[in-house]
Amino acid sequence: MLSLLWLVPAIPYFSFAILAVFGKRMPKSVSGLLGVGSVGISAVISVLIGIQFISSPPEGDLFLQRLWTWIGVGNFQPEIAFHLDALSLLMMLVVTIVGFLIHLYSWEFMEDDEGFSRFFAYMNLFVGSMLTLVLANNLVLLYLGWEGVGLCSYLLIGFWYKDSYNGAAARKAFITTRVGDTAMAIGLFLLFWNLGSLDIQEVMSSASMQWGTGSGIALAVALLLLGGAVGKSAQLPLQVWLPDAMAGPSPVSALIHAATMVTAGVYLIARTHVIFDLAPIAQAAVAIVGAATLLIAGFSALKQHDIKRVLAYSTISQIGYMFLALGVGAYSAAMFHFMTHAFFKALLFLGAGALIMCLHHEHNMFKMGGMRKQLPLTFWTFLIGSGALAAVPLITAGFYSKDLILWRAWTSDSGSPILWLAGIVGAFITAVYTFRMVFVTFFGESKMQADRKPGVRISVPLVALAILALIGGFIEMPHTLGHFAPFSKFMHSVLPEVHAGQYSISAELLFQIIAVVITLSGILIAYIFYYRKPELSANVAKSGIGTVLGRFFYSGWGFDWLYYTFLVGPFVWIARVNKKDIIDFIYTIIAMICQIFNFIFRQTQTGRVRSYAAGIAFGAIVIIAIVMFT
Amino acid sequence: MILVWLIVIPMAAGLLAWIFGKSSNLFARWISVLGIGIDLVISIWLWIQHFAGVDPSRTESWLVQIKASWIPDLGITFHLAIDGISLLLIILTALLGLISVIISWTEIQRRVAFFHFNIMWILAGILGVFMAMDLFLFYFFWEMMLIPMYFLIGIWGHANRRYAAIKFFIFTQASGLLMLLSILGLYFIHHSQTGVYTYNYFDLLGTSLGGASRFLMLGFFVAFAVKLPAFPFHPWLADAHTEAPTAGSVILAGLLLKTGAYGIIRFVLPLFPEASMEIATLAMILGVISIIYGAILAFAQTDLKRLIAYTSVSHMGFVLLALFAFNEQATQGAIMQMICHGLSTGALFILVGRMQELMHTRDMDRMGGMWQNVPRMSGVAMFFALASLGLPGMGNFVGEFLILIGSFQANKVITIIAASGLVFAAIYSLWIIQRVFHGEQREEWKIPDLRARFIGVFAVMIIILVVLGLYPRPVIDTAKPSIDTMQKNMEANMQIDLESSGTANLSSDDWMIGVESERD
Repeated sequence: MLSLLWLVPAIPYFSFAILAVFGKRMPKSVSGLLGVGSVGISAVISVLIGIQFISSPPEGDLFLQRLWTWIGVGNFQPEIAFHLDALSLLMMLVVTIVGFLIHLYSWEFMEDDEGFSRFFAYMNLFVGSMLTLVLANNLVLLYLGWEGVGLCSYLLIGFWYKDSYNGAAARKAFITTRVGDTAMAIGLFLLFWNLGSLDIQEVMSSASMQWGTGSGIALAVALLLLGGAVGKSAQLPLQVWLPDAMAGPSPVSALIHAATMVTAGVYLIARTHVIFDLAPIAQAAVAIVGAATLLIAGFSALKQHDIKRVLAYSTISQIGYMFLALGVGAYSAAMFHFMTHAFFKALLFLGAGALIMCLHHEHNMFKMGGMRKQLPLTFWTFLIGSGALAAVPLITAGFYSKDLILWRAWTSDSGSPILWLAGIVGAFITAVYTFRMVFVTFFGESKMQADRKPGVRISVPLVALAILALIGGFIEMPHTLGHFAPFSKFMHSVLPEVHAGQYSISAELLFQIIAVVITLSGILIAYIFYYRKPELSANVAKSGIGTVLGRFFYSGWGFDWLYYTFLVGPFVWIARVNKKDIIDFIYTIIAMICQIFNFIFRQTQTGRVRSYAAGIAFGAIVIIAIVMFT
Repeated sequence: MILVWLIVIPMAAGLLAWIFGKSSNLFARWISVLGIGIDLVISIWLWIQHFAGVDPSRTESWLVQIKASWIPDLGITFHLAIDGISLLLIILTALLGLISVIISWTEIQRRVAFFHFNIMWILAGILGVFMAMDLFLFYFFWEMMLIPMYFLIGIWGHANRRYAAIKFFIFTQASGLLMLLSILGLYFIHHSQTGVYTYNYFDLLGTSLGGASRFLMLGFFVAFAVKLPAFPFHPWLADAHTEAPTAGSVILAGLLLKTGAYGIIRFVLPLFPEASMEIATLAMILGVISIIYGAILAFAQTDLKRLIAYTSVSHMGFVLLALFAFNEQATQGAIMQMICHGLSTGALFILVGRMQELMHTRDMDRMGGMWQNVPRMSGVAMFFALASLGLPGMGNFVGEFLILIGSFQANKVITIIAASGLVFAAIYSLWIIQRVFHGEQREEWKIPDLRARFIGVFAVMIIILVVLGLYPRPVIDTAKPSIDTMQKNMEANMQIDLESSGTANLSSDDWMIGVESERD
């Protein structure tokens, strides 16, 4: 079964190629079947591989499938080869299963779109690239997948290309992430220069042997890889592309935010954790980036009207939690949160998409209201997703994963109370903005009339993801609840255990109670401000400081303005000014000088014998003078 | 003899096309297709013969040679030879040549016979440049490709064609003269040392030039840098590419620029190893400036063809950077980049040419939203724009990644700056897509989408780029023996340089004395 591994990425690629070439001429039923079916088959194969991998683990807990040598120049020998271990297995399962549910949903969601087959072609390519990324055994192949998901995000964000706003959002996503990609590429050059290989296993083992902890090279490589990670995962300071990425169809957002793309950075850091372990400063930077991002994005989410933008900022914020966990060395906690987040965030986006579809493409949640009665299935599944996002205790998956991160943020050796504080404040804000969204959208009086109900292909993914968002957390229970933890046990074949001192169960319980109280009070505040007494929130928003802060948060803390003023603007200005190429101007001047002399000397050619004779006489005098006086 | 045929067949086809094309345009077109098609078959046959199933660890780099006396009194020989690098470029020439004829089928309607004569003779000249192993012969072919190209731009070009043609001619001719001076310098110095007058490349290799080597090297370098084109010698390019007919642009970008890079590989580095090392940093800096400056210029343009023209400056900057990094990865990357740039930029020029033929404009401000009208054309454009921004999975990525990873070993700071070119490439490539194919329709265009002839051409180019992107081994293995030889020679030279840095100066003094005494 393991030898079928290559098919997992190959099938979506194949389906992409067919759809890209022949899609236009296919009936929608065929292209839909191909697009959804290919990912479905990949998911089935992944599950079978997963069962075999867990039931009878291969030697050394990893399986390597070499296909061919890709580029072979001197000692630079990257292969097309897939590497399966616990970490990539987890990623592969999430990508294919969540990806499949999103594809199934899209089948109905996009049915009336003229670019139906084009859409599935891009979606398949997206899944294929992400699978390449997580299965690659070397960093160059990983980079191929890495750029591939960047491309697909560009293609899908700008899917409705007729509106140039979408095109701008798409380009912003691609170019912003490419800044990060370039940093990462330089990191790869540095790695290759220093270690002579880009094979992940080889690099990790030789790095841990050759580099000392805290060495400059480890720091440089780690920071450059972090640069790549913050680009793809939309963390500070490259987070600006993700809110605009909402321009794409909703299933695309679900795919970008849950299964692919933004989790790539988390995966990269987990995959290369050896380098980060060797560079404590870089690791601290990961934690700080995570903490700062989760707060900044959380505050921004508080002020959005567009339901998808709220979710977008919440993704940035939740990925911030994952970075926080990575930064304190709690790798399996980060991966755990990645998994539960994939379930509930896909669910939320698909739910939001269903709302938007049923409400004539209305994105503004303040124009919705009362949808609880009109769209009950959407409401209940969305509520479950929101509960998981806000980490409602005990019953949602988000609680278990976020609780673990908060606990480790303080107790890990590289953790600190400040990081924990950032996390707990973030948890409070998360609860507030999440339930603000729920109350505004689903409660109160209906301001709009839904003109259709979601069909089977939309309902099934919603229910499936809702179930996952509820039960997904039970595979990693804290000590206070019996410490049933197969997930972290499984991950520890790849990822190191967190370094932390011994803490009593009562201490852990205390932390949990604080977290629970914080979450519930956040929900309560949302309930008061946005359901019971909405005039309260209106008053706060109208007050002087409220307006200023509101605008500041709404704009995502002014990062767009900053980049536009200091990077985009000057670049465009320089390009415009130099459109005609100053260097060409220099050559033109040379040519003009020649023409001037041509003009001057032409004047002497008068045809009058008298002036010629004068010229000859004058010349003769000059020459004689030179001869005589030198 | 087969090498002679490679050159003679297109020349003959050109003459026949000119003569018979007067009665029917179709004659001219088919004769040209046949001529360059035969060349393509021969060159691929040569490739299969020499590389299929051959041990890649072979060391002998020269594959086929032919040497005949030409003007013995002056030491001029008719000497052609190919190694893996020239073979690859010959295949590229034949392929792009064939494509150029095919895509001109409807575009060129005026003086068709003479057009095909010019195309065929340019191609013959380029093929000669890639094979000539006698400097006199090399210079002969170098000129031979320029003059028909001058006519091509000047007669079949667009609105501003006269200006562009003259500018092209002056730039290349002036730099060519510098090269001629260097060739003559080399010729006389060699004579003063050995008493033999020869233009033969293999005889001139290893001539110890001492202090003169810098100046002689510069003569060659400038000629090739103009062709490449490297900053600040690039201004001819935008006008020439923009005003040339489509076939002219394809040949210019796909092939003529490559003769510059080829010249550096074949002549500058082996003939002047020390002087090359001395200017390595400068050359790499010029490469980086070309990468970034070209990209910024490209982004600023509103004329689509001009935009694509400037991207060549950026892409060939990578080649210049790589060639002066002196290591295997970078050099292999440069070869790969040359081939893939030829295909991807060539394809973009074909697309623009087709659009101009149908729309009579290249102004991007009048385009937009074309995807609805011409989805196939848009999809193809998207593919080649992505190839041009170096997306992994296509050959261009292999080239650029090898170049950067190789150059990084040689000079970190410069390479890091060069890597920012990846971002700029994304900016201008996506800008093309946005302005032309996405967004709102600014004008109602009713143009037909691609038909079989163009689909066939693009399909071939797409398949090659994808295959090279995922399995570049055929190209890498073909170029490897020559690059290994080059590498060895450079290293040997560095050794000598290290061991006897003092004696090198001495020998240059000796040479100066030699010249003095001769003058007396």
